This record gives sequence, C-alpha cells and structure tokens, in this order.
Amino acid sequence: MSDATLAVPLRLNGLGKPGQRIDVLIVSVICVLGLLWGISATALAHDLGMRVIAAIFTIAFAGGLFAISFAGSKGNLAIDEAVYLDGVIKAGVIAASFWGIVGMLVGVIIASQLAFPDFLYFKEFGFLNFGRLRPIHTSGVIFAFGGNVLIATSFYVVQRTSRARLFGGLLGSFVFWGYNLVIVTAATGYILGVTSGQEYAEPNWVVDIWLTIVWVAYLVVFLGTLWKRKEPHIYVANWFYLAFIVTIAILHLVNNLAVPTSPWSSKAYSLFSGVQNAMTQWWYGHNAVGFFLTAGFLGIMYYFVPKRAERPVYSYQLSIIHFWALIFTYMWAGPHHLHYTALPQWVQTLGMTFSIILWMPSWGGMINGLMTLSGAWDKLRTDPVLRMLVASIAFYGMSTFEGPAMSIRAVNSLSHYTDWTIGHVHSGALGWVGMVSFGALYCLTPWLWKRKRLYSEKLVEAHFWLSTIGILFYITSMWVSGIMQGLMWRAYNEFGFLQYSFVESVKAMKPYYIIRATGGLMFMAGACVMAYNLWRTAKGDVAASEPITEAQEA
Amino acid sequence: MTYESLATFAQQGGSAYFALMFAIVCIYALWPKNKKKFDDAALMPLVTDNDAPLIVEK
Repeated sequence: MSDATLAVPLRLNGLGKPGQRIDVLIVSVICVLGLLWGISATALAHDLGMRVIAAIFTIAFAGGLFAISFAGSKGNLAIDEAVYLDGVIKAGVIAASFWGIVGMLVGVIIASQLAFPDFLYFKEFGFLNFGRLRPIHTSGVIFAFGGNVLIATSFYVVQRTSRARLFGGLLGSFVFWGYNLVIVTAATGYILGVTSGQEYAEPNWVVDIWLTIVWVAYLVVFLGTLWKRKEPHIYVANWFYLAFIVTIAILHLVNNLAVPTSPWSSKAYSLFSGVQNAMTQWWYGHNAVGFFLTAGFLGIMYYFVPKRAERPVYSYQLSIIHFWALIFTYMWAGPHHLHYTALPQWVQTLGMTFSIILWMPSWGGMINGLMTLSGAWDKLRTDPVLRMLVASIAFYGMSTFEGPAMSIRAVNSLSHYTDWTIGHVHSGALGWVGMVSFGALYCLTPWLWKRKRLYSEKLVEAHFWLSTIGILFYITSMWVSGIMQGLMWRAYNEFGFLQYSFVESVKAMKPYYIIRATGGLMFMAGACVMAYNLWRTAKGDVAASEPITEAQEA
Repeated sequence: MTYESLATFAQQGGSAYFALMFAIVCIYALWPKNKKKFDDAALMPLVTDNDAPLIVEK
C-alpha cells in the first residue's frame, strides 16, 4: 500500500522504501491472521468461553480490516509529520471516561452486595454473582480506566516533550483498539467463568497472547517516538512511562507462563505451582501496583502538574533519584504479600525491608510534586483541576506511608486478609490514581479539542468534593472494619478458644460496608459529573453561568 | 551449590548491587556539571509555542 505522505513512519535506518507503508502492512497481516484464527477457534472451540472470546476476536479483526480499507480509501491513513497525532488520544479520553464509570458501577454493585447479598443478584443469572463481577471491577478500573488513561497521556506527553509526531503511523491506533479488545474479551471471559485464577492477571492464555502483541506495538510506538525526538534530553515523565511499559511486559510474560490443555480450549495451567506460584504471582501483583499504578501515573504527575501550575519541576535532580530509586526498590517488595507462608523467612523479610525503603523514593516524589507549586500556591484557590492534581499527590503520600507500615510483619499479622488492605488499596487507587487521572483528563479535553476552557469549573469543584468525601467515607470505614476484623479473629477467651466465630465478625462489618458503598457511590457520581463536563467541553459548550472571561480569552 | 550458598550470594550480592546503583544515580543526578542540563529539562513541559512538532529543514 502506498500513500502520498510527507514522511514514512517505519523507516528507521533504511528499513522500507519511501512510500511503503510497513505499519499498514503489519496491522493488516495481524488482522488477517487473527481473523483466520478467530474463525477456526469459533468453529472448533471446546468450551463456550473460548467460542465467545473467539467470536469477539473475529468480529474485531473483521472490523479492523474494514476500518483500514475505509480509512485508506478516504485518504485518512496519510501521515503528516507537521502535526501531532491526537485522534487516538481523543479516543483514549472517551474510552477512559466510559470504562471508569463501568468499572466503578460494578464496584458499587459488589460493595452493596457485601452489605445486602441479594442486591441486584438474580438466581436466573447466576453468572452475575460476586465472584464473577469482582474481577470485572478490578480489571475495569485498573486496566480499562487506568490503562486507557496511561496510553492516552503517554502518547500526549511523549509527542509534546519529544516535539515529534507519534512514531509508527497506524500502530498508535492499533495499540488503542487492540488494548480495548483485550479488555472486552477479558471481561466477557470473566462473566463466562474463564479465568487463569491469578489475581489481577485473570485473562486467559489467548487474551494474554493478544495483550503481548499489543504491548510490543506500544513499546515500539513509544521508543520510536523517543528515537526521532527533536529535543536532546528525554524528559523524566517519559522515563516513568517507559519503565511502566517495559516492566509490565516482563511481569505479564513471566506470571502468565502457562500450558493450554488444547489449542481450542480456554483452560490453561500455570507453569508454576505451590510457593513458586505464590511468589511469582505477588512479584507480579505488587509490581503491577508499582509500575502500572505508580510509575505510569507518576509520568502523568511530572508532566501535568508543572504544565497546569505553569511552574518548572521543583527539583529535576530529585526526579532522577526518585525514578531510579523507585524502580530499583519496587521490584523487591512483592514478598510482603506472603508473610507467615511457606515462603522462606528471609525472602519475607527482604520484601518487608524493601517496602520500608520505598518510603524514601515515594515521599521524595511526593515532595517533588507538591513543591512544584512553589510560587503558584494561590492557583489552588482558583483552579479546581490543579486542586484535584494536588489532592492526588497528597493521597499518594498517604497511601505510600500506610503501605510500608502494613508490610511490617507484626502489623501485617493484624491487617492481612482484613478490610484494612481493601481500604489501603482504595486510598491509593481512588485517591492517587483516580484523582491524578481525573486531573489529566480535565487538562487534556480542552487541549485536544482546542477549547478555551472546560464547560464548567463549578462541576469540577463538585466532582472534587464528591470524590474527596467519597474516598474519606471509604477508607475510614475500612480502617475501622479491618482493624475490628483483625482483632476479632485473634481474640481468645480464658480457655484458649477463639472468642468469636467467623460469622460474628461478618455481622459486625455490616454498618461499615454500608458506609463504604456510600463512599463508592459518591466517587462514581463524581466520575459521571466529569464525563458530562468533558462531553460538553468537547462539544464546545460553555456553561451560561460561567462566561469566558477576558483572561481566558487571551 | 547448596541452597544456603545461593541464598547468601543473592542477599549479599543484591545489597552490594543495590547500594552501588544508588550511589551511581546520586552522583549522576548531583554532579555539578549536569545541573544546567537538568534545570533546562525541568522547563520542558512549559514549552508552549504553537503545539506542533519541530520540523528541522535539512
């Protein structure tokens, strides 16, 4: 295929001739091969899960081929090196807003089911039970919402700080659509009971292989853009994004090593078993926190906070130490998930020690983010978006203080398996990841759709308070519930018997579960307010009660 | 090689490797000659001219 293009995308070191679109060729070949596989797997599948997943892949690949031909016939595949590639980022903003609400809604439903087990549970639809919905919530908010935010912001940041258009032509769109295909097929699988059984790595082997292909393309696009950058220095946010992409690739490949029972079966068995499996899983699990939910979003912090505050990074030198200390330390923290298990004691201690060391880089980063506002603190009064970003950094500091404390063996003996852990995760996920993402989406929407301002800053204000109070409801109730649970489980009477039966601890948690569900509902309501605000902003509307001032005009 | 000797090597080697890497990073980040480069880099998000890729004419 050839196009009248200004420059050729995949032509590094003489690879490909001018006018040859290797990117279109690669994506088309992947779609054709995927289509052939999809049709065969739909026909030959051993189980319903595999058949449905294969059918979705078939439809997606057919749609992909159609979209490429359609765009090609309209001349929309041309590459203009004089402008940034923003279309795929806009799509990422829309997808993130959508998946965020879906993931949070499922979260509110299952949180309510903990207090009221019959809530929205129908016997006729047994597959919609708590166990099947929970991975949809976790994957929905982490990978669907968080992942789309990371892909969109990383594409934005790497282009702007490299002063170069995104590398790889069609590959950028391939990454976006391919990644969202991972989400749809994984979630469909969960509903149908297809799971690898590894927490936060539930997608089955077929989806895992597809994610690997998409992720390699993501790495190529990101590295290629850095390769052709016009700035001599690679900005620190890109280092964080790159660490996120590279590490997730390694984690994903190692933790999902598995042997399928047949090429046409959805079921596969992990190569690891016993304590090796547990260690690999939590090496994966904690680094998913460290590199997906932390490093990637620190990339957002290091670009969007300075940009929004119109101040340079407080200390660039600190950001370098922050980066290397963080990635070297996080790698070792996983064993703190396995205190008092068959894992060798010294490995548990190692995990605990490194978790405590993590205080330093985490707080170094937090200080660097907060102090970037030096000389611009007054903006917190007038700019609710900046306030959201700053609140996220405060939550980052809080959850990275709590985490090391909980990794200490003695604390862990009380906190582990209780709601305290859930509260901790959500102070990081809602407070840090959620709020920094909202802040970035509020920045990106007017920038991408070329609007002077958001539709309404008052709605941002409302969103800010809904989220902040929602998070506080959530984490304070889980602190009380978790510590109570831990204390009840370890209480003995004077004869040495357990003082409480398990069900008594469950009963005692009910009021806290109601408070938690309320907090979640508020947080989700905030996300809905944001989606409305972003939609009106993209349309070009301005709230009648908040006319554009002259300052915004300029 | 016994489990103990492997574990000892991993523990001591890991500590030395970690300390060495951290020292190298600190020296690189705090080296006075690099300060100008890093101070310039801190301004990178604030470049706001025309929001388009830089086209260098050859």
